[in-house]
Amino acid sequence: MAKITYVEHNGTEHSVDVPNGLTVKDGAVNNRIPGILAECGGNCACATCHVYIDSAWTESVGAPSDMEADMLDFAKDPQENSRLSCQIPVTVELDGLIVRMPESQ
Amino acid sequence: MTESPEPAGAERGLVVVGAGQAAAQLVSSLRSLGYEGRIRLFGEEPALPYQRPPLSKQFLSGELAAEQLALLQPAFYQDNRIEVATGSRVATIDRAARTIGLASGETLGYDKLALTTGALVRHLPVPGADLDGILTLRTSADVERIRARMAPGRRLVIVGGGYIGLEVAAVAVKQGLSVTVLEMADRVMNRVVCPEVSAFYQSEHEAAGVTLLTKARVGGFEPGDGAAVRVNCADGQAFEADLVLVGVGVRPNTALAEAAGLEVDDGILVDEFARTSDPDIVAAGDCTRHVNLAYDGRLRLESVQNAVSQGRIAAATLVGAPQAYDEVPWFWSDQYDLKLQIVGLSDGCDRTVIRGEPGQRSFAVYYLRGGIPIAVDAVNAPRDFMMGKKLIAAGGPVDPARLADPAVPLREIA
Repeated sequence: MAKITYVEHNGTEHSVDVPNGLTVKDGAVNNRIPGILAECGGNCACATCHVYIDSAWTESVGAPSDMEADMLDFAKDPQENSRLSCQIPVTVELDGLIVRMPESQ
Repeated sequence: MTESPEPAGAERGLVVVGAGQAAAQLVSSLRSLGYEGRIRLFGEEPALPYQRPPLSKQFLSGELAAEQLALLQPAFYQDNRIEVATGSRVATIDRAARTIGLASGETLGYDKLALTTGALVRHLPVPGADLDGILTLRTSADVERIRARMAPGRRLVIVGGGYIGLEVAAVAVKQGLSVTVLEMADRVMNRVVCPEVSAFYQSEHEAAGVTLLTKARVGGFEPGDGAAVRVNCADGQAFEADLVLVGVGVRPNTALAEAAGLEVDDGILVDEFARTSDPDIVAAGDCTRHVNLAYDGRLRLESVQNAVSQGRIAAATLVGAPQAYDEVPWFWSDQYDLKLQIVGLSDGCDRTVIRGEPGQRSFAVYYLRGGIPIAVDAVNAPRDFMMGKKLIAAGGPVDPARLADPAVPLREIA
């Protein structure tokens, strides 16, 4: 279990507990947090679950795979700390994680 | 019909028939849109709504557990006051009374009804098709049955070289089965990709050790040696199999809608707002033939994207804030370490342009009509898929020579 804080583009924060084994995307979808669409269901196929990882957490979360990086490259407003949230498994090490949503997916 | 056991005056609300991807999206979107009424969801399978795409991939291979297929966690339904009845089949709809009849005999009322009944797997209309050892793949239970018969060295014959057949072939050959794919057409995935992409995938499967035969029409099955099944092709060839998977597509599950007198024509007919011919009934996902404002005529699609988009649109219609469907469709398939991503529909294409090298295992095929991109098949080329989405949405012409030239950056194509 990890507490994850999702920050909408307008600044609205949502802190929720996400069980291990799910992904950061699942935490948002199960709590109907706006801003993460995850239209492919979490298969690294659509790039609609794009988030920015808080700078304190980029190392723990790690870097994207080549496939994910290429998807992000053409997503809306990619940054150095961009990730697809469906590709981030939740572990206790991520307890406290903060992710921010782009303006749109 | 039995009397309704519901107390008089009980809230009827929305009833959703079918508990797959479209249903999960619909109920989630409804709550997000502020719908406060009662929601009841009926599904025939024992599980809560789950993802089907991984069934023929990571679930078959064992990389994903059943719990990880869930689209939404069990708590979601409680938190959002969604009453789910799994293992429950809706047998009838009485549109005049606005009631549904369950197979168990119960009758329930609705104010609004959503049909998300999905698709049913097609069977081969040939002799012996019901022999033991001949399986299909649509549900997680189907995959459990297939997995129970998969073991290194066993002979698997797959009838049909579409997404399902080829994804299963990829998993099975990696697990040490002897795999033969029999495709009736002259190339694999012929309904969805161009000949170059078909040829690429054929060579990838052959390199992995799969025997892949095209123009192979199965004429029937009969008991083989021991517990095996003999697969007989129309041209006289025969194959012994310990396990046969028939992957010859699906058909929309429309029986309930048809019996209720809704307009049905190879899919429940809906408009761009997911409305059926009955103002109290919406429909979404694989079961529909629908209007998409980006295309002429009606489309019937079997895809996650369509289920999600229409689920969302049906929810918007139900809360009285309709949004028209105009999204360009997209699809994907995972085979080996290859991700095939498709955006758009290639019908009407008058020219294809290949960007990248199939030999490098990363390339894309752009389908043009009058110089305007209408679809892209991207193989291990997610940037082309993403760019293709943008080009198709923009609807402007591209220069084919620049498109084919890898020295021209993708961003400068448009």
